[in-house]
Amino acid sequence: MANLTKTNRRDFLKIAGTTAGGLFIGFNWASCDSPKIQVLSDEEVLSQVHDFNAYLSISPTGDVVIYSPNPELGQNIITSFPMIVAEELDADWSKVRVFQAPLDNEKYDRQLTGGSGAMPHSWERLRKAGATARHLLLAAAAEKLQVSSTELTTEKGEIFHNGKKKFSYGELVTDASKLTAPEEVSLKDPKDFKIIGTPVKNVKGKEIYTGQPLFGLDFYREGMVNAMISRPPFGMKIKSVDDSAARSVAGVSDVIVFKNNVAVIGDSTWPLMKAKNKLRIEYEPDGTVESSFDHDRIFKELLDSKDAKVMRKDGDIEAAFKNAAQVITSEYQCPFLSHSPMEPQNFFAHVKGDKVELVGPTQTPDRARMETARLLDIPKENITVELTRLGGGFGRRLAADFVVEAAELSKILDKPVKVTWSREDDMTGGAYRPAVRYRFQAALDDQGKMIGYKLRGVGINAGNSTRENNFPSGSVDNLLIENIEHKSPITTNAWRAPITNFLAYAEQSFLDEVALAAKKDPVKMRLDLLDRAKNNPVGEIHYDIDRMRGVIETAAEKSNWGKNKDVMQGFSVYFSHRSYVAQVADIEMENGQPVLKKITAATDCGTVVHPTGANQQVRGGIVDGMGHAMFTNMTFENGLPKQRNFDSYRLIRMKEVPEIDVNYVDSGYDPTGLGEPALPPTGGAIANAIFAATGRRIRTQPFIEQKEFSDIKLQIKRT
Amino acid sequence: MANFKLRINGKEHQVDVEDDTPLLWVLRDHLGLVGTKYSCGIAQCGACMVHLNDEAVYSCTLPVSSVGSDKITTIEGLSENGDHPVQKAWADVDVAQCGYCQTGQIMTASAFLKKNPNPSMEEIENVMNRNLCRCGTYHKIREAVAMAAKLK
Repeated sequence: MANLTKTNRRDFLKIAGTTAGGLFIGFNWASCDSPKIQVLSDEEVLSQVHDFNAYLSISPTGDVVIYSPNPELGQNIITSFPMIVAEELDADWSKVRVFQAPLDNEKYDRQLTGGSGAMPHSWERLRKAGATARHLLLAAAAEKLQVSSTELTTEKGEIFHNGKKKFSYGELVTDASKLTAPEEVSLKDPKDFKIIGTPVKNVKGKEIYTGQPLFGLDFYREGMVNAMISRPPFGMKIKSVDDSAARSVAGVSDVIVFKNNVAVIGDSTWPLMKAKNKLRIEYEPDGTVESSFDHDRIFKELLDSKDAKVMRKDGDIEAAFKNAAQVITSEYQCPFLSHSPMEPQNFFAHVKGDKVELVGPTQTPDRARMETARLLDIPKENITVELTRLGGGFGRRLAADFVVEAAELSKILDKPVKVTWSREDDMTGGAYRPAVRYRFQAALDDQGKMIGYKLRGVGINAGNSTRENNFPSGSVDNLLIENIEHKSPITTNAWRAPITNFLAYAEQSFLDEVALAAKKDPVKMRLDLLDRAKNNPVGEIHYDIDRMRGVIETAAEKSNWGKNKDVMQGFSVYFSHRSYVAQVADIEMENGQPVLKKITAATDCGTVVHPTGANQQVRGGIVDGMGHAMFTNMTFENGLPKQRNFDSYRLIRMKEVPEIDVNYVDSGYDPTGLGEPALPPTGGAIANAIFAATGRRIRTQPFIEQKEFSDIKLQIKRT
Repeated sequence: MANFKLRINGKEHQVDVEDDTPLLWVLRDHLGLVGTKYSCGIAQCGACMVHLNDEAVYSCTLPVSSVGSDKITTIEGLSENGDHPVQKAWADVDVAQCGYCQTGQIMTASAFLKKNPNPSMEEIENVMNRNLCRCGTYHKIREAVAMAAKLK
């Protein structure tokens, strides 16, 4: 095979024959440029493999293989990505197989799972890859049949002429791999989709349901040792270590003190769990050591501080509040939360001289590599990262603390090491959803119109605790959004729908308070504000007004908003991660007590690629948002969480989940992500329904621990 | 250390471990049966469920010394080809998100259905309430258990 075009660093697609005689297409996720094609020899394919981080190949048997680059943690991208390729290829879905790609090269730009970003990032790239392959197969068929390719049609991996089957894809791959691909390919009209939008089964289902070793904790390498680590409370350092009792545990081969950690080493897990409990470690303060009452005090101080950072300011806020007929002020607060994926943190590392092999569950393989390279002071090219399936992530696995400690131990021991965190380690070992407190203020004129809106967020290691350009910004003449961050030794990290997981609750509850004060229907008030933003916007608008209106109207319609006087309803709507979700919670009274029966959701995430996965992301997001709003608390005492396992850290269970009605708004947009956007609105919808049913406004999470809620026997029942 | 003979998935296994070693770690670390999962270690989440003589038990708090000659079934031994009615229902309903808790869920459900072949939805919820799913697949677990009851 000869090169037909010279190598271009920005090439999107590359095709080649493979050693097996198939059609091979590599495409680079970093670039969405028009495809420029190069036919490569087998040697060149191998030498340039690092240019790609996704591969599509079609074998002479017609099997389609795609390597999926993004870590899989339950968002089911490993099923939905190949669906998109197969759609444009017109593949036979039963012949599509997908494999997890390892961390691939220097040139990818998004081999991570987070921010609900994989789908919007990759949608067009995947479609072009499938469409280009189909184009080449059609061109090969046209040449063989001596007809125009426009006379040919494709279906399920076969090519037809005048309704008669002429070839299967597999028969054409060798010829197709020698052709020059087009610079532009036409993509399907969405109305012709046959795979996208259908309930395709999880490609890993069988392996999951038979208990195959898919996860990081299941990884085993001959010759490896196991390690568990005792980590210090936040703000503390080691003063002394007595490891004599730990060393006496049968099955413990070593105890190693490194940095502020103490690691116990052995061949299997149980002796290490016992030995870790027998370590006698004395800690001493290393800076400030905080407890929850410190945070409450810090929040109060910061809410009254003169040193807030202005995030957005529109109009004349002082005048608006001076001229107000009515001012409403409310404060909302949330605790820290642990991510608590069902699979505790773990990672395998093998440092061999200046080379490192890493294997395990991470949402950001590149960060794992970069931080390991920094720790060991070696080039990042010397480090490979293989991805296992992730037993949940929720943002915790965006960090790399659990990777570098494994690498450090492997270097010290000069052995392959797997570090396992116990549940208690996972819950006390940090990187939490930050605790935040908000103060909202609204100024209403004598007609009940909101003429001023103020929000100050104060958070503990929360960064910007506001989303200053989100609704209702743009719809209020005079607006001030401020932020203050308190720096704490307690580590925090993105937690599913960072910041908005609580901000949405607080804001949507506060807007309910405003509607009540203004004597307006909560849905009507939001629509009026959107009208204002549309017709006469104040400052910049960073959300799509029509799409937000679409989900509000759909949720109101599907939930029969305000139509049944026996159903007390709460409304909430939020835009995050490029998707729009509105929710209505229904409470009915039974024997004088409220019963939460249903949550109706309306979602605009553009095209729904995989309805099974999308429905579950919406339901799962709602369950997650509801559970943590209602039940879950994390409090600190002397730099350590008091809740250390699922007996005291309460997660939502099956019997606590109401009926969830999932609806979509077909706005015609390209797909956006759903890993996060359904979570933020849920707490507000439920809290607003509780207010409608009981007159109690709950402003602090978790609900069940608040005194306003203490005599409310809220039941949850499915109808 | 002591030697234990265990009957797991119809086969006899011998392990040399401390008396207090939970069955979970014997399965995972000593026998390579990693379909049984560790998550909480205190019998709160159900990721570690196995069958002890047809009864679903938390293997994370079950000392190996208390097993004796009782019959143990893990997810790997639930069916020959992953075709137990509960596994088929799980596949048909497409339950999993991350999937980590699902083997434990399947073991709880399959032990339950053996005793209660025609359960009500309330009975299903009561028994499945033992198992946590952090992804929130509860709707589908409920649906899959009901479907499995019909497949039997």
